[in-house]
Amino acid sequence: MAKILNVHNLDKTYSSGSKKLTVLQDISLSIEESETFAIVGPSGSGKTTLLGLCAGLDRPNSGSIELCGTEIERLTEDERAVLRNKNVGFVFQDFQLLPTLTALENVAVPLELQGSKNASKISRELLEKVGLGDRFHHYPSQLSGGEQQRVAVARAFSNEPSILFADEPTGNLDAETGEKVIDLLFNLNKESGTTLVIVTHDLELAQKTQRILRLKGGRIIENPISAS
Amino acid sequence: MNSDKVTTSSRANFGWILKMAWRDGKASGSKLILFMASIVLGIAAVVSIQSFGQNLKENIQLQSKSLMGADFTIDSDKPVNERVQGIIDSLGGAGAREINFASMAAFPSTQATKLVQVRGIEGNFPFYGELETEPATAANKYQQKGAALVDATLMLQLGLKTGDRIKIGEISIPIAGTLISVPGSTSIFSSIAPPVLMPYELIEKTGLVQTGSRIGYDYYFVADPGTSMEKLENSLEDVLDINDADLDTHTSTSERLGRRYENFGKFLNLVAFIALLLGCVGIASAISIYIKGKLRAVAVLKCIGASRRQTFLIYLTQIAFMGLLGGIIGTAAGILLQQLFPLFLGDLLPVDVQMSFSPRVILMGVLLGVFMSVLFALYPLMGTLYVSPLQALRVQGEGKENSGKAGILVLAGIFIFILLFSYWLLEDWRYSLAFVAGIVITFSILSGIAKLFMKAIKKYFPSSWGFPARQSLLNLFRPQNQTLTLILSIGVGTFLISTLYFTKDVLLAQASIEAQTDSPNMILLDVQTGQQEEVAQTISGSNLPVINNIPIVTMRVNSIRGKPVNEIEKDSSSGVNNWILNHEFRVTYRDSIIASETIEQGEWVSDIGDTELVPISISDNFAEDAKVSVGDRLTFNVQGVLLNTVVGSVRTVDWSRMQMNFSIVFPEGVLEDAPQFRVLTTLVTDEESSARLQQELVSKFPNVSIIDLRQVLTVIEGLLAKISWLINFMAFFSILTGIIVLLGAVRTSKYQRIKESVLLRTIGATSKQILKILALEYIYLGVIGSLSGILLSLISSQLLAWQVFDTPFVPSLFPFLVLLPGISLLVLIIGLANSISVIKSPPLVVLRKEGL
Repeated sequence: MAKILNVHNLDKTYSSGSKKLTVLQDISLSIEESETFAIVGPSGSGKTTLLGLCAGLDRPNSGSIELCGTEIERLTEDERAVLRNKNVGFVFQDFQLLPTLTALENVAVPLELQGSKNASKISRELLEKVGLGDRFHHYPSQLSGGEQQRVAVARAFSNEPSILFADEPTGNLDAETGEKVIDLLFNLNKESGTTLVIVTHDLELAQKTQRILRLKGGRIIENPISAS
Repeated sequence: MNSDKVTTSSRANFGWILKMAWRDGKASGSKLILFMASIVLGIAAVVSIQSFGQNLKENIQLQSKSLMGADFTIDSDKPVNERVQGIIDSLGGAGAREINFASMAAFPSTQATKLVQVRGIEGNFPFYGELETEPATAANKYQQKGAALVDATLMLQLGLKTGDRIKIGEISIPIAGTLISVPGSTSIFSSIAPPVLMPYELIEKTGLVQTGSRIGYDYYFVADPGTSMEKLENSLEDVLDINDADLDTHTSTSERLGRRYENFGKFLNLVAFIALLLGCVGIASAISIYIKGKLRAVAVLKCIGASRRQTFLIYLTQIAFMGLLGGIIGTAAGILLQQLFPLFLGDLLPVDVQMSFSPRVILMGVLLGVFMSVLFALYPLMGTLYVSPLQALRVQGEGKENSGKAGILVLAGIFIFILLFSYWLLEDWRYSLAFVAGIVITFSILSGIAKLFMKAIKKYFPSSWGFPARQSLLNLFRPQNQTLTLILSIGVGTFLISTLYFTKDVLLAQASIEAQTDSPNMILLDVQTGQQEEVAQTISGSNLPVINNIPIVTMRVNSIRGKPVNEIEKDSSSGVNNWILNHEFRVTYRDSIIASETIEQGEWVSDIGDTELVPISISDNFAEDAKVSVGDRLTFNVQGVLLNTVVGSVRTVDWSRMQMNFSIVFPEGVLEDAPQFRVLTTLVTDEESSARLQQELVSKFPNVSIIDLRQVLTVIEGLLAKISWLINFMAFFSILTGIIVLLGAVRTSKYQRIKESVLLRTIGATSKQILKILALEYIYLGVIGSLSGILLSLISSQLLAWQVFDTPFVPSLFPFLVLLPGISLLVLIIGLANSISVIKSPPLVVLRKEGL
């Protein structure tokens, strides 16, 4: 199968005053198309930083990242934004819906950015699929946490991404609601063949993916292993 | 899924940006209320002043003919000579003529006397405008009837009615009616000497036309249609000038009048501009709060594929639209507001101002709204460009600060805008540059004070203080503190308001007259030499003192440093001011200088000795305008006799003192035998003795004019009250905008303070402790900010008084006693009101509500 994400010898340091803080060191991994993949590790292990780098949200100090066949470190900020718009979906721990937009408008934004004429129609279908057919015109503040995360999942799938990054998608939800959202995520992944990369410290959730990468202190302590 | 899919921008077009701006704005519009209020107030202030000024100018132009009552006039202060009469005839003869002078009038029916402006009129004056009388027919009949028309206010004051008699000089005539309005009489002068119209042919019989009386001879003309006033003026000006006459056209008169109001308008424009500038500070602070709340959404948008340009444009469009809306509302408010100005100014205005809508001002208001909003929002808006999409993942990356270059460009843009706009208002590059430089210096000094303050606290930290006091001080220099922003906003706001107040002080002090208890308050003019002893006796007979008995001799300048006046007039490079060459000077002689004078150059000579050249003393403004100094020769024409003099000294004269001051003073022993008249002064104690003395003087000496300074004072005080009303009204705008700026500044730091307070609350701090910490912090900021603002304004006002108004400046205590505690209290109240929810509600509720 073709690789959708290739990461080689990635290093990331932050400077705080005169001190340098190494967050990630010598990270290499590759993920195949349609695969489900989990990055696990304790707090401060660099999981979320790695996710951000893989999605082109930040630049590494050294190493290379190839996302959807494109070496992203060579792209400008705006070129990376376009690449994300076309190929990447996101689900965040704290939902990150735009508070001033309704559920329907939130789901439509990625499509509108592509200039799609059917943004509204597709968004309605997706919201119905995630069980929010009666919440089109509700603002995020009028929805429960579970509902907000379902809108976020619908938004993440709206641009039919090749790869979907989920950062602690159940972190802010109770167990039951979290379960439902995860089921939704995996079902949609199966339906559309999207690669799913989940950052979590919930091992039970990680077990549901095909492979798991373990991080500690910014280093890989265990190379991707099959979850089963 | 390969690199050819990657382009530099997504396919969403401007329509999408508009759609996003609308969607987002719809839900967060209420957060922009502060921003809108800043624009609306600033624009309303500028538009109201601009629009009113424009309307006033247009109305003066439109009503120029009815202001004068004719197309043009020829006037002189002596009977016209043959040459001038020839010119008058060549112009087809005057349509009407007038003799006017100030004189005492007596009203036998009420036993009252009053200084009036007598206008003896022949012909069909006015040709334009209206002679408004009650009854209306009186305007047409007073000339045939040999009767007078008396000013309406005077009729009312003295309880006169049509049919009563008025005694002017030697004659007594009936009053034909009440004079409501007449072209050529301004209301300010009318309140000191109200106009009385009477037939021209009766003037001779009053016996008041004699030497010493200040008499005006006016000839009114109607021009043929199509006559160019400018050409007429150019062709006749010189020849009339030589013959002591003057030509005034309705256009030049209205221009002069317009200019007089322009200066006043310029000051009001500056006041409005200050309100606008405060509004701009308000915009910047409101937008920075707004954008702060949007950064998360920007990060998310960038995460899902929006470009930097797109996210930037969404908010820029929103702000431009709000600016447009604010501009429209502000302009409408300004246009409505200007309707109030005539109420404040009343009869200060020379014409009835008909309000119309000036498209130029409307366009300016609306465009200013958009331009100002965008310009002052740019810096905080640039924050969206540097938001990392990583923020959506809760990772605080190494967020780039606003680029230095772009920041400098925006700042430069702001200063160019302020400079151009102040030039547009002031029409003087020097003042505009000084104004902008003043703003830059003020900002720099205030930031310096804020930084110094923080450093000083760090260095001399009072470790022994209690927890709340220490914590409140610590808050001032914690990371991401708002100390600088708050001190700047509070300081600039206080500075502008306080400068405005001090400037008003300077302006009003310049015009006000101190009530000097021992100085004369009644002036008797036109006392003939032969009458002086009798007049003095009459005053003494009423148990009143004769304070001054000043001789006055009229003369004209004949030559300066040996060069005759007519040659100087032709020489355009001479630099000598025209009034020096044409004015009939009223000169006195005495043996010493008086209290209102100080010798600046040379020496006062009281004894002329044997020299042929008379050493005289001139005022500094005469010296400047005549381009002469000590030792220069001047020749005067004293009613036909040439007198050679030399400048012995130059005096500074305090013209603002209500007393007889002179440009030229001769020593004793020269002018005693020249034709002259006298001015006597006395001090009357009350209304009754003033009335009694006036009655007695008028019946004995009908040619003597009496000015009761207390009446003049009342008129001037009324005038100043009206002006200060308008200035206060405009200052109110600045204060209101200042409060909005303050609200914005306090809200900017609200989130951080709330977070901290909640934390303190969670770990057990009591409401009282939190309240104390917050209160102390706001008090420090309020006091430091407003005190620096007031002290700075003291310096700037001193500079203004010294450089612009050329007058001593005694600051009033108002800013220290009212502004300082007032603003500090306001900061405290606004600050605490914003944090009260933290103290009242459980911590978790606050966190959820504030989305922290």
